[in-house]
Amino acid sequence: MSERKIRTASGRACVLRGNDIDTDRIIPARYLMCVTFEGLGEFAFEDDRKEAKGNHALDDERFNGAEILVVESNFGCGSSREHAPQALMRHGFTAFIGVSFGEIFSGNCTANGLICVRLSPEDVTKLMESVELDPTQEITVDVESKTVSYKAGTMKAEIPEGVRNQLLEGTWHATGVLMDASAQIETTARQLPYVNTFAEVSD
Amino acid sequence: MAGKNLFNKVWDEHSVRELPNGQTQLFIGLHLIHEVTSPQAFEMLREMGLSVRFPSRTFATVDHIIPTDDQKRPFADPIAEEMMIHLENNCREAGIALFDTSSGRQGIVHVIGPELGLTQPGMTLACGDSHTSSHGAYGSIAFGIGTSQVRDVLATQTLAMGRLKVRKVEVTGKLGRGVYAKDVTLDIIRRTGAKGGVGFAYEYAGSVVENFSMEERLTLCNMSIEGGARVGYVNPDEITYNDLKGKAYAPSGAAFDRALSWWDNVKSDSDAEYDDIVEIPGLEIEPTVTWGINPGQAVGINRPIPRTSDLPDSERAGHEEAVAFMEVRTGEPISGTKIDVAFIGSCTNSRISDLREAARIAQTGHVAPHVRALVVPGSQAVQKQAELEGLPEIFQSAGFEWREPGCSMCLAMNTDKLKGREICASSSNRNFKGRQGSPTGRTLLMSPAMVAAAAIRGNVVDVREVI
Repeated sequence: MSERKIRTASGRACVLRGNDIDTDRIIPARYLMCVTFEGLGEFAFEDDRKEAKGNHALDDERFNGAEILVVESNFGCGSSREHAPQALMRHGFTAFIGVSFGEIFSGNCTANGLICVRLSPEDVTKLMESVELDPTQEITVDVESKTVSYKAGTMKAEIPEGVRNQLLEGTWHATGVLMDASAQIETTARQLPYVNTFAEVSD
Repeated sequence: MAGKNLFNKVWDEHSVRELPNGQTQLFIGLHLIHEVTSPQAFEMLREMGLSVRFPSRTFATVDHIIPTDDQKRPFADPIAEEMMIHLENNCREAGIALFDTSSGRQGIVHVIGPELGLTQPGMTLACGDSHTSSHGAYGSIAFGIGTSQVRDVLATQTLAMGRLKVRKVEVTGKLGRGVYAKDVTLDIIRRTGAKGGVGFAYEYAGSVVENFSMEERLTLCNMSIEGGARVGYVNPDEITYNDLKGKAYAPSGAAFDRALSWWDNVKSDSDAEYDDIVEIPGLEIEPTVTWGINPGQAVGINRPIPRTSDLPDSERAGHEEAVAFMEVRTGEPISGTKIDVAFIGSCTNSRISDLREAARIAQTGHVAPHVRALVVPGSQAVQKQAELEGLPEIFQSAGFEWREPGCSMCLAMNTDKLKGREICASSSNRNFKGRQGSPTGRTLLMSPAMVAAAAIRGNVVDVREVI
């Protein structure tokens, strides 16, 4: 059960400024009233977009059709809702470049084959400024070489090694890999006394 | 050789294997599910033709969407009813125990796990909810997961995870009068910022934490994620063991004694190593209130809200956004801010000790005429205990509404919502924009005692003036 191998993401970028953008803002809780992720794309950042009255990055025509979202620090903090990356994915994003990400958010991205890579704050600033000046340029996130390329050059990016391998090997949909260890799962379960309700052990 | 901390002991005990990608395949001892983040996971299993591997290691309840005014079925909101039906069908089909309202055991998932003795020391515990860190109060390694990971746990009882670093957060000495566990967690987040804990598990320690009751420890661990830490825990001790004795799913008799010696062994060794250590003198902690749009934007009750110019460049834009949204005055204290709504509840602060303390303050007066105040017990068990102690009468005669158990206005996936620009004094855990159901609504996080005091005064007040 292996999935598509993900080496790179390329395309135009959208610049979304702001630290600590939480998943409640990415997808407000009222859109969690559902039993499927379908149709979430159009509600991404719904309340922020209304508040910004057309001035939100997602409504900025210069960024139309962007596949890569460039953010600042602690993007996707807060609630564990996978509805957040699902909404962004369904909106058309395949990769996120930022200073840092909420941990559950980035894990949810990986589980859906979305890339999150980190750049230094200085490099994020450079990239944001460059994309704002020329939003038509192509940005490439390369998971294999751990780099982000834009018109002015190539920058070193960070991604946890395990996650990088999951994307490159096509094992980001983890279920299949986890199921391979069926016998070992049983062994671990047997060794944990609480799984056996602390019954007396007879050797 | 240096000793091991609890996190690494539990991690190693639950490691099924190292995966080729370098991550650990981790066995999950207890899996808790609710109606919001599980239906898609069950659907994914169906699509893959898989069944639930260890159905007896998963327990379900309904909390996020359940109305707190009238819980009769069908629920008034047809979508809430549909989500409930999905949960019921999924649990029935898989053979998973569901604590619904007819069970007498329904409640917020992070309230009922500990209440039923499901949450135990030395376990790994996962739930599709970021406040799962709460369960670390019992010395378990507990963390929130997304829906794809819920699918993985259902299918295999394991997860692919990278090991976290461990930061010891020592709260030393003692706390001042009117300072609660909620203030301790808000103070920690204020100091470290909303992202200071990313990549870390927090081990809470020090004499303040050691003297905390289990309910106080739950409040403390609950908000770890608000500081960025996915996991927070307290080493188990006599307080933990005494709390577990006699609980429905805790071991009993000779099994309890065997459990006790195993639990005692998972504690961090006295010479354990940590990746980082932070020390906070308990007496420095004040009653703390958030003024902004993330839980790190908090301030001692009588201290001035920071001015944008006092902050480093990188934080100024976020600070300005928060000040504009909240319409607070920098350079002035948050006390005195007029409130419209008071909410006592949520997985952070809806347990019996929270309600007792709030009731003690409610007794001193009546909810201000312009304030709508509600008290929402965390579970049916809390509700029942409160009724035995006469707390609903105290709240109601003071002008508070007394509701049925659920997540309620913490995230407003039900009928409990802010309206327009209302300001809510809230005992919950998040002050994000729009969090309490109105996109423009405003939240001030504080201890339940402070919420009760604010409800009566009609504005934010130092609880020490009241108690």
